Amino acid sequence: MSDQLKQLRFQATILPHLNAAYNLARWLTHGHAEAEDIVQEAYLRAFKFFDGFHGEDGRVWLLGIVRNTFYTWYQQNKTQNQHTPFEEDLHGANTEIFKSDDDNPEQIMMQKDSQRVLNNALRALPIEFREVMVMRELEDLSYKQIAAIVQIPMGTVMSRLGRGRKQLATILAASAEIEGRK
Amino acid sequence: MNHQQAENLLAGYIDQELSLSEAADFEQHLNSCVECQIEYKEQAHVISLLKSNAAYFEATPQFAKRLAASLQRELPSKDAKNSWNFDWLQTWLGNGLSKGAIISSLAAIVLSTSLFLATPSAQQRLTEELTASHVRSLLADHLSDVISTDQHTVKPWFNGKLDYAPPTVDLTKVGYSMEGGRLDYINARTVAVIVYRHNKHPINLYVWPSAGSDSAVQVSSHHGYNLVHWAVSGMNYWAISDLEAGKLVSFANSINDGIKEN
Repeated sequence: MSDQLKQLRFQATILPHLNAAYNLARWLTHGHAEAEDIVQEAYLRAFKFFDGFHGEDGRVWLLGIVRNTFYTWYQQNKTQNQHTPFEEDLHGANTEIFKSDDDNPEQIMMQKDSQRVLNNALRALPIEFREVMVMRELEDLSYKQIAAIVQIPMGTVMSRLGRGRKQLATILAASAEIEGRK
Repeated sequence: MNHQQAENLLAGYIDQELSLSEAADFEQHLNSCVECQIEYKEQAHVISLLKSNAAYFEATPQFAKRLAASLQRELPSKDAKNSWNFDWLQTWLGNGLSKGAIISSLAAIVLSTSLFLATPSAQQRLTEELTASHVRSLLADHLSDVISTDQHTVKPWFNGKLDYAPPTVDLTKVGYSMEGGRLDYINARTVAVIVYRHNKHPINLYVWPSAGSDSAVQVSSHHGYNLVHWAVSGMNYWAISDLEAGKLVSFANSINDGIKEN
């Protein structure tokens, strides 16, 4: 493949999925700076290994790379705890701990309370549930596409979605109770 | 289906990811199981909340700009023409930004669009147009308007249809049989297309008058098709085919030789 052709193909098949890549990275990490670093790294990798892309599904291919880039980064930064255990969240009884690093006051004001509670609840989910839910509910990907990105069987996608939704409902119910007590 | 099995399939049922028979079995269970009905409502509620209220984070134009710059460094050529084209920035202008953000980002957008929405070069556009025309001619089974293997039939067919006479060259001896000709619309004008075939590979040869000087045979490729382009004696020639580039160049050279002999 000529360099120019490679560039044009990359431009047509991979570049348009920047928002999907960023949204996934943003939900996997805590802040926009980390998410941007991961997306940038992922795009550079994608371009480097673009010869291995055979014109299947550009979004799936890119999101797989974003996810791998994140996990590499995550392994290297284990001290910064991404995985907030579910049980602790409930007993912690304080939704503020889910606050992400770049929620400026203005944004918080603009967000409706219900949206804030929901976003915090999703952020509180263990990462293996959170990622499949973001891909399914926010990115409208099929089980098959999610299975390809996460490299798990479709049955596992289904069970993670089921369990994730259940946990999210529990967290939301607990938050509603806290809000009510205020 | 027992309750445990049904519970495992519930998410798949909501997401319409079950097979027809699984879905039918599940429904049968759902109708008689209160627990599953509650769980169904709960999951459906969570899904609708997430779809309507969860944050979808979009990359900022500033980040897109930085990303383009770092990808630019990966390009082998430092040629400014090869800059990245972020078409979706256009979409952001339409709907991606909230009203407050539009004002604050306007300057950034103007800057980034002017940097990245560089229109494709005329050559690139033409290449795309030719490829599209070639593919169309194959898809619609509309290679030729005049079907003839005889150059003396094809050439007069163009008379009165065009304000120039495209050269028709017989290349049977070197393995390229003429199949016919047609008119097409390329580069904002009606052009002559002479159709050749080499084994199973159709070749569309586009010919139209050129304003520029002669140019040597240049090879390019687009979407898997090879294109050769040259200009000689005031005519532009573009040949496109799925034929390998080397063969297409020798086709071009044969045509060129033929033109000189005529």
